[in-house]
Amino acid sequence: MDLSFTPDQEAFRRKVRTWLKANVPVRERDAQPLEQGDPKRIRAMKDWQRKLYDAGYLAMGWPKQYGGQEADVVQQTIVNEELVLARAPGLIGMMGIQMVGPTLMRFGTEEQQRRYLPRILTAEDIWCQGYSEPGAGSDLAALKTRAELVGDEFVVNGQKVWTSNAQYADWMFCLVRTDPAAPKHKGISYVLIDMKSPGISVRPLIQMTGDAGFNEVFFEDVRVPRAHLIGELHHGWQVANATLAHERNMLGSTTRTQQMFNGLLRLAQSRERYGRPAADDPVIRQRLADLMIRVEAMKYHAFRQLTDTIKRRPAGIGASVNKLVSTELNHDIAAMALEIMGSYGLLARSARHVVDRGSWPIEFMFTLGLVIGGGTSQIQKNIISERGLGLPRGN
Amino acid sequence: MDFGLSEDQELLQQSARDFLARECPPAFVRELARSDDGFARGFHEKLAGMGWTGLLIPEAFGGLGLHLLDLAVLMEEMGRAAMPGPFFASSVLAALSLVDSGASALKKEWLPRVASGEAIGTLALLEQSDRLDCAGIVTRASKTRTGYRLNGVKLFVLDAHVADFMVVAARSRSQGELGICLFLVPRGAAGVSVQALPGIDQTRRLCEVVLRNVDVPASARVADESKGWKILSRVIDAAAVLLAADCLGGAQRALDMAVEYAKAREQFGRPIGAFQAVKHMCAEMVSEIEPARSLLWYAAYAYDHETRNAARAASMAKARLSDVYSRTTNRAVQIHGGIGFTWEHDIHLWFKRAKWNEAAFGDATYHRERLAELAGF
Repeated sequence: MDLSFTPDQEAFRRKVRTWLKANVPVRERDAQPLEQGDPKRIRAMKDWQRKLYDAGYLAMGWPKQYGGQEADVVQQTIVNEELVLARAPGLIGMMGIQMVGPTLMRFGTEEQQRRYLPRILTAEDIWCQGYSEPGAGSDLAALKTRAELVGDEFVVNGQKVWTSNAQYADWMFCLVRTDPAAPKHKGISYVLIDMKSPGISVRPLIQMTGDAGFNEVFFEDVRVPRAHLIGELHHGWQVANATLAHERNMLGSTTRTQQMFNGLLRLAQSRERYGRPAADDPVIRQRLADLMIRVEAMKYHAFRQLTDTIKRRPAGIGASVNKLVSTELNHDIAAMALEIMGSYGLLARSARHVVDRGSWPIEFMFTLGLVIGGGTSQIQKNIISERGLGLPRGN
Repeated sequence: MDFGLSEDQELLQQSARDFLARECPPAFVRELARSDDGFARGFHEKLAGMGWTGLLIPEAFGGLGLHLLDLAVLMEEMGRAAMPGPFFASSVLAALSLVDSGASALKKEWLPRVASGEAIGTLALLEQSDRLDCAGIVTRASKTRTGYRLNGVKLFVLDAHVADFMVVAARSRSQGELGICLFLVPRGAAGVSVQALPGIDQTRRLCEVVLRNVDVPASARVADESKGWKILSRVIDAAAVLLAADCLGGAQRALDMAVEYAKAREQFGRPIGAFQAVKHMCAEMVSEIEPARSLLWYAAYAYDHETRNAARAASMAKARLSDVYSRTTNRAVQIHGGIGFTWEHDIHLWFKRAKWNEAAFGDATYHRERLAELAGF
């Protein structure tokens, strides 16, 4: 066990930090995530990703032949951590970089790779994910969106839901049912759909925060060339699963959780409750300490997983444990903040007297969304108990 | 950046697991639980034969001179086995009280014997107030012409009934951290009486130790006023980390037992592990245990290498694992249903040990407040 970084790694970190200091767009620092599809904001976000790409800090883990940096895991981690510390804006092309890119590298033809991969990195193409449907949430394989092969085209009819970025995405990677007669996991295909195709309509869905973060997407006789099929026909479930559990580098997200906790601590020290700082109340101290311990545990847990990755040990159900624990922890931190704020925690962003620009109530709601999105806590518990502990599958 | 166990540590883990599975199965734990003194000298000698009784003791005094992380790896396995006996009292509490001191004659006399398993030691720390801070120590050490005279009552002293010596914390001045000295009192010293305090966890034996006009020579002083509390705080941190390791191993064992039972036990025509209510309890145990393991490793590492973070890391690990162990054994008992409530089934051994580990060396509430202070809330 040795928690120090090598001089080379420290130097790399300094280089990244210096570059970020000079280049993180200042007015983006406190901006809310992309929501309304404002074209100026989208342009700015694309420019930011391009800048990061040109500087060599994007797709750190991608092979060089596809435009990546082929950096080792520690370097990837350092970049992720520094991005969070610099409060850099998120990446508009994240779906492409994290999901479609790795899928194409593994299942795409050379032609498909040449066509899509470079434009993912340069933010020329923004991708959205067409997985969930009104009748297919946790039970994703129950999806019904139909793609019928007519000649060398698919004709797509159906509906997707909770589709983030669909308002401005250029492409969707989409799971469609190509063989309705087959068992549910076996009749699915993975296709790429041009979002400008005739027959697609996108309707924004307003989240409980009041923002339109995601959408419903409707398909009416949408024509998709057969060449846009990834992997084999009817084998889309395997293609999707290969990247569904795509390893996320965790340290970036635990750094974010730490920052959130630091914000909570500042709040507790500065807000008075009944004549003394909230942080002086013995009950609140207990709960803050408990949160701090859970945050620190996840930090060291991320170090451990990083080490396992370096040593090429199988990740097992680690990703599910992370998802379950981190999302609930983030929500608990925001909930505690709201409680400390008392009546001030009830104020909307636009209200007079609002605290911390109204960010805590938004966080409180947004973090609950993350407990649900990407596989609910209950689904993660099924995965942990079935794949991790070998308990019998339910039905 | 390497946050993992070394090859040697993994080897130690495996050999400890194999050794304890063979030498310390539940039948052995129960046998010692039934015995009067809860001590099997032959078993303790086997631990010594593996080198473990001297793991933290420097090589110059016959030990292995290893670090807390190494011992944490071993203690996790001991927790998994719910290992009874005076190992923790002797090779951790007594040994560390001496190792960190400058009392070279006492070290030379006792440490090699602790390392070889020939002598058992313990630490007499707590008193009636059950306070873990320096204010808890009111036992008096009055200066005499040739040394000191000790008067007081020590409670919850581990394994004093089988100890060949105990390190006694006593106070020569009325208040504060700077009034506390440590003395080595051998078995049979005049004025010492030891009485067992029967407890709910039969894998640990607690005693009351009454010190009535116990005269010790100046040479029996392990640490004077300037060092007594310093040494004790470090011992308490080590004990907190190592008990957290014991918690981790015990929690993992309780989870393993619950999962095994959930796969085998059928109700409503299927294994109970097929029901989500049961599955999710198991998944929650995993998702509490795994991050806590990382926290524990860090706490041991900090004790060895990052002294300025050691105290708060120890508090974090002890607070978290106290909670996790208790919750895990509670869930494991529930998954076992009625059989889990019986004396016959083994799960209660860990359920009770969880309770002991929770209270000993500062419970979760104590350590959370300590963390709040250390972190400057």
